[in-house]
Amino acid sequence: MSILEIKDVTVRFETKNGQLTALEDISLAIADREFSVIVGPSGCGKSTLLRLVAGLQPATSGVALLEGRPIRGPSVERGMVFQSYTLFPWLTVEKNVQFGPTLKGMPSAERDAIAKKFLGQVGLSGFEKAYPEQLSGGMRQRVALARALANDPKILLMDEPFGALDSQTRSLMQELLVGIWERAHKTVLFITHDIEEAIFLADHVYVMSARPGRIKKQVQITIPRPRTLEVLTSPEFVAFKRDILDVMYEESVRAASVRPI
Amino acid sequence: MAKNETKVGQEVPLSGVFTPKQEIPVRLYFSVSVLTGISLFGLWALLTYGGLIRPDFLAPPHMVVVAAYEGIADGSLIEHTVSSVVVIFSGFILASIVAVPLGILMGSFRIVQAMVEPVTNFMRYLPVSAMIPLLILWIGIGIEEKIAVIFLGTFFQQLILISDVSARVLKDLIDVSYTLGANRRQVVTRVLVPACMPGVMDNLRVTMGWAWTYLVVAELVAANSGLGYMILNAMRGLFSEVILLGIFVIGLLGLLTDQVFKLARRLLLPWSATF
Repeated sequence: MSILEIKDVTVRFETKNGQLTALEDISLAIADREFSVIVGPSGCGKSTLLRLVAGLQPATSGVALLEGRPIRGPSVERGMVFQSYTLFPWLTVEKNVQFGPTLKGMPSAERDAIAKKFLGQVGLSGFEKAYPEQLSGGMRQRVALARALANDPKILLMDEPFGALDSQTRSLMQELLVGIWERAHKTVLFITHDIEEAIFLADHVYVMSARPGRIKKQVQITIPRPRTLEVLTSPEFVAFKRDILDVMYEESVRAASVRPI
Repeated sequence: MAKNETKVGQEVPLSGVFTPKQEIPVRLYFSVSVLTGISLFGLWALLTYGGLIRPDFLAPPHMVVVAAYEGIADGSLIEHTVSSVVVIFSGFILASIVAVPLGILMGSFRIVQAMVEPVTNFMRYLPVSAMIPLLILWIGIGIEEKIAVIFLGTFFQQLILISDVSARVLKDLIDVSYTLGANRRQVVTRVLVPACMPGVMDNLRVTMGWAWTYLVVAELVAANSGLGYMILNAMRGLFSEVILLGIFVIGLLGLLTDQVFKLARRLLLPWSATF
């Protein structure tokens, strides 16, 4: 059963150089408790699509539905992790994670338990009283993940959350995320331009075309779970990669010939 | 320096004090700073004790010390200082109370910006002294007029600077707050305002410096106390040692407030890296 449905969505922006179509007639259905990854060349509108689901970007036409209800604005139902560092620098790690629960008016004992639980899950027990400034990039993104999870969203949106990290840290973060997801089975919609990252994480990979963005191909990733970084070199992984690369290469060439925003 | 500069093709030695952005030993830094201070003092002493400049124009160091001693002994220096500090702080605090919230709103709400920015950009290029005749007409020549001069001198600058701080708060920080369940009011009170605080503190420190620079202008008209008044009054009698004393006291108070601001920032905003 699908929890999220995107129906014939088109998003256009007014720019100085005229109108820009970021998304055109996109339709997509995301199954409940699945890990879905949208992969596409840079500038294909994949972030716009995620912001649309978050409620941060209105559609020019069409509609996005969460559990059958149209999305009209941001809410706690749809938690988001950004590529940029978005921890609140004036709050400790613990208070960052408790930001959502605090807004809900949750009593402090419960909040403490939640912070403890999710900081434990992302491997940051002992950093409760640290300030974001004192953490590395990877640690900050782990806190951002814990903060989103602590709010218990119906769907977790992730916009290239590991894009700014070095490749070793990125691999570790992917493994950590897969581990958390395999235990929690929360619905995740994840955006990336990194094909390996997409295959490693996903149940379903959606390949987006260059602007205007459309869903060009859908691939079900049947690699068994639990997954570790070792699957990256397995024959089936490589087969998926070749399959998606072919489509992506075509699109990247097209994307390179489209003028930037 | 130019003599041993390398030619094309030669390796560039990246050490020494003439390399841009190169660190130098802490001891060297302090030695040079102290040396500059001593040299300036030495030049002052040479010009005055050497008889090169008449004491009416530039009093020798010991006369300034004597003037300071006399001023403290008869209480007049303290009285002038207190009077100036009251004017400066009243004007500065009043300006800040309005400029900080208004600036934060102006930088993040286009509607507030549309309302306030044109007037602000007009006002902030006006010399405050041009407003003095109007101020006197409106509020007279009491302490209120002096406070108003400091207010006008700092308020519009603060407004622009703080609006800029607010405008630079990352949109993602605001957006993530919505996805965590914050409403628009909570985004302002719990995210925008705290995110602005380091920038606000830094700019209050900078504009405090400007407030001090308006002191003499503020005490130009119909004052009977204050450091600015003391300086202007000394000019009429050619008491250059009193003028110098006034300048030193203002400089020292400025230095002191600057340090207080730095300390306050460290205490109030321990999470934000300091300069």
